[in-house]
Amino acid sequence: MSDTHAHSVAFARDTMLPPAPPPPGETGAIRWIRENLFSSWSNGLLTIVSIYLIWSILSAILPWTLQGIWDAGSLGECRAIRDERGLSTAACWAVINERWLQILFGFYPTDNQLLASWFYSDELAAAGGLEAVFGPGSNSTARIEFIAAMKADIGNLVVFFFGYWRPLMALALLVVAVAPILYSSLPRKLLWFSLAYPFVAVFLLWGGTIWGPVSVAVGLVAAILVGRVVAAASGALLGMLAGIVAVLAIFLNPLPFADIGLFPLLPHVTGVLNAAMPIGLEAIPSDDFGGFMLAIIIGTSGIVLSLPLGIVLALGRQSSMPLIKWICVTFIEVIRGVPLIVWLFTASLLLNYFLPPGTNFDLLLRVIIMVTLFASAYLAEVVRGGLAALPKGQYEAADSLGLDYWKAMRLIVLPQALKISIPGIVNTFIGLFKDTTLVVFIGLRDPLGLTNAIRATAEWNGIYWELYIFVGLLFFVFCFFMSRYSMYLERKLQTDRR
Amino acid sequence: MTELQTPIAEREIDRSQMKVSDEIAIEINNMNKWYGTFHVLRDINLTVNRGERIVICGPSGSGKSTLIRCINALEEHQKGSIVVDGTLLSNDLKNIDKIRSEVGMVFQHFNLFPHLTILENCTLAPIWVRKIPKREAEETAMYFLEKVKIPEQALKYPGQLSGGQQQRVAIARSLCMRPRIMLFDEPTSALDPEMIKEVLDTMIQLAEEGMTMLCVTHEMGFARSVANRVIFMDQGQIVEQNEPEPFFTDPQNERTKLFLSQILGH
Ligand SMILES: Nc1ncnc2c1ncn2[C@@H]1O[C@H](COP(=O)(O)OP(=O)(O)OP(=O)(O)O)[C@@H](O)[C@H]1O
Ligand SMILES: [Mg+2]
Repeated sequence: MSDTHAHSVAFARDTMLPPAPPPPGETGAIRWIRENLFSSWSNGLLTIVSIYLIWSILSAILPWTLQGIWDAGSLGECRAIRDERGLSTAACWAVINERWLQILFGFYPTDNQLLASWFYSDELAAAGGLEAVFGPGSNSTARIEFIAAMKADIGNLVVFFFGYWRPLMALALLVVAVAPILYSSLPRKLLWFSLAYPFVAVFLLWGGTIWGPVSVAVGLVAAILVGRVVAAASGALLGMLAGIVAVLAIFLNPLPFADIGLFPLLPHVTGVLNAAMPIGLEAIPSDDFGGFMLAIIIGTSGIVLSLPLGIVLALGRQSSMPLIKWICVTFIEVIRGVPLIVWLFTASLLLNYFLPPGTNFDLLLRVIIMVTLFASAYLAEVVRGGLAALPKGQYEAADSLGLDYWKAMRLIVLPQALKISIPGIVNTFIGLFKDTTLVVFIGLRDPLGLTNAIRATAEWNGIYWELYIFVGLLFFVFCFFMSRYSMYLERKLQTDRR
Repeated sequence: MTELQTPIAEREIDRSQMKVSDEIAIEINNMNKWYGTFHVLRDINLTVNRGERIVICGPSGSGKSTLIRCINALEEHQKGSIVVDGTLLSNDLKNIDKIRSEVGMVFQHFNLFPHLTILENCTLAPIWVRKIPKREAEETAMYFLEKVKIPEQALKYPGQLSGGQQQRVAIARSLCMRPRIMLFDEPTSALDPEMIKEVLDTMIQLAEEGMTMLCVTHEMGFARSVANRVIFMDQGQIVEQNEPEPFFTDPQNERTKLFLSQILGH
């Protein structure tokens, strides 16, 4: 065969040339640019327009950001410094520098006792000792001045770490509590801490006697135990009833025994324990909560509480029992059909009319409940989408193996349906988290509300962008984490790869 | 009895081993089922003895799947009675659960749980329904996975297996519940020819061990060599039933003849 070929072709190369380096313009960056940015006339044009747009945006923002002034006591000073430096434009980051603690914590009080006795002990002694400055009824000008001087002296960073150790600790422990839920490679024993965390957080944030949260936790466990024991002895229904009665007796006032003064048991237990061993932190009312901390508290509680509720609603909506289905559908449609802000107003104003007079139902708690209900209606629909996407064969396989409804849901259906719904669920969570800023309209001091408060001072009157950018960044960090986490989780749960 | 005799197993199939006892496994009396106004199953009467291997065939839409799905209550029947292993199938959830744990089912599309490994697929029901300790359930699972010849896949996910392997896992998953009756709904019709053989092999092995089997299939070779009764259904009725030899060579009913001539390509 090669013979005939050799005859018919006049010239054929019999040794190969070594490969030569590609000509310049065919390598690396230049080639990449040509292939990706200028592959055709229209592409090239778009590239040039885009570059121009990016340049004009950056050239407006970057100098302003980077030339920003960090050290100034007021907006006026900022402007003076800017003019002095001969800058045409400059951000006044000094407001963040001075007020970031306020944006983070609102008017949540610092632990002044701790600050003073650690960092200011000499001056404390000179002022006449701890009692003279911090003792009962010492809400005097002298005390306020002392604290202000002390804080100005030791600086924001120290105040952040030591003055706000309670919310910081709550946040740090939140990370510990959430980690084993988010990452299954961590030891499963940590989940016990996750269960206990709500009580720890309430104690750290609101303070008061430690026996309050402890007896609530013990009371819940006791009610569950009572229910379990009765259920084991005489059936699930009686067990549930016994559990409910136990909850009533421990936390509320069961009507038949309203006047013997024994119920609810909880305050008695707390009182006795506290008298025996008074351990506690300074009590801080919800009114003092504010800033980004408020967003985290409302957001986290809403996220944690709304997911189970949303799942239950989604399952209820699919139920074959008409009453349950009807209740769930109505709930979802009503909650979802009305703007969140209306529900928040309902929480702050109307709920008081419906509650028995004299009940003091914490506003923050009401807001958390409303946000939770609102998000759960959305989640229910997201989860329902996941449930609907599961092939019928999965239900049938579970049935044919003899799994009952709850086991089939828990082991087969929900793990898959939730996995499908992850993007939608996280989407709802991110929305919920950002919606917490709406509480500003019912008088809670969310970060945006605080920017108003800061602007209301003489020093920072007229400053907008810097504050909003800072608050926006704070939210962005959290939302970005959630979004990244959801992508990680989706990748991890992907089992259909070959 | 010529072309359809493609060998379905390497070794000789020993029918003498497949004993049928007098004990009744399933008894269906005058069973009727409607989808809305559509009468899917009409007056079904069927008695299955322990150890019987029954093949159900018939044209598409004739109600074969519906019939065997009624036996483990995946579908509800409206009239007549079904007694499985002495338990009357009724609305009582307890009875349904009891029957389902006695009856294994294999589906056309495998229906493995994609979020669980092969081993977890096999141990889930024994652990959660039969309350068997995890360790023991895993041993049982490995025993049956070995039996269907894929123990090495135990830690993979269903999505990583071929169709034939998945169907064998599905069979093993059912067997892990130690059922006394197995239902198969076209277990091979979603598979390529080579894979069909590996699944049929597994089913033959089961038959040889005396499992009571109801099998909807169009694998006539399987019916011939393994079944001891073939049932032909059309329009929701059992039209004809007989032992495989006479069923194939000497069908009585016109519709059976037509169906057989179509399916055997004559
Ligand atoms: N859920 C349902 N609702 C209404 N009609 C149904 C339903 N399921 C099945 N049918 C009808 O019942 C009849 C019997 O269905 P079935 O699935 O039992 O047939 P089949 O014999 O298994 O057919 P194939 O060989 O195609 O699987 C068909 O006509 C089908 O259209
Ligand atoms: Mg079918």
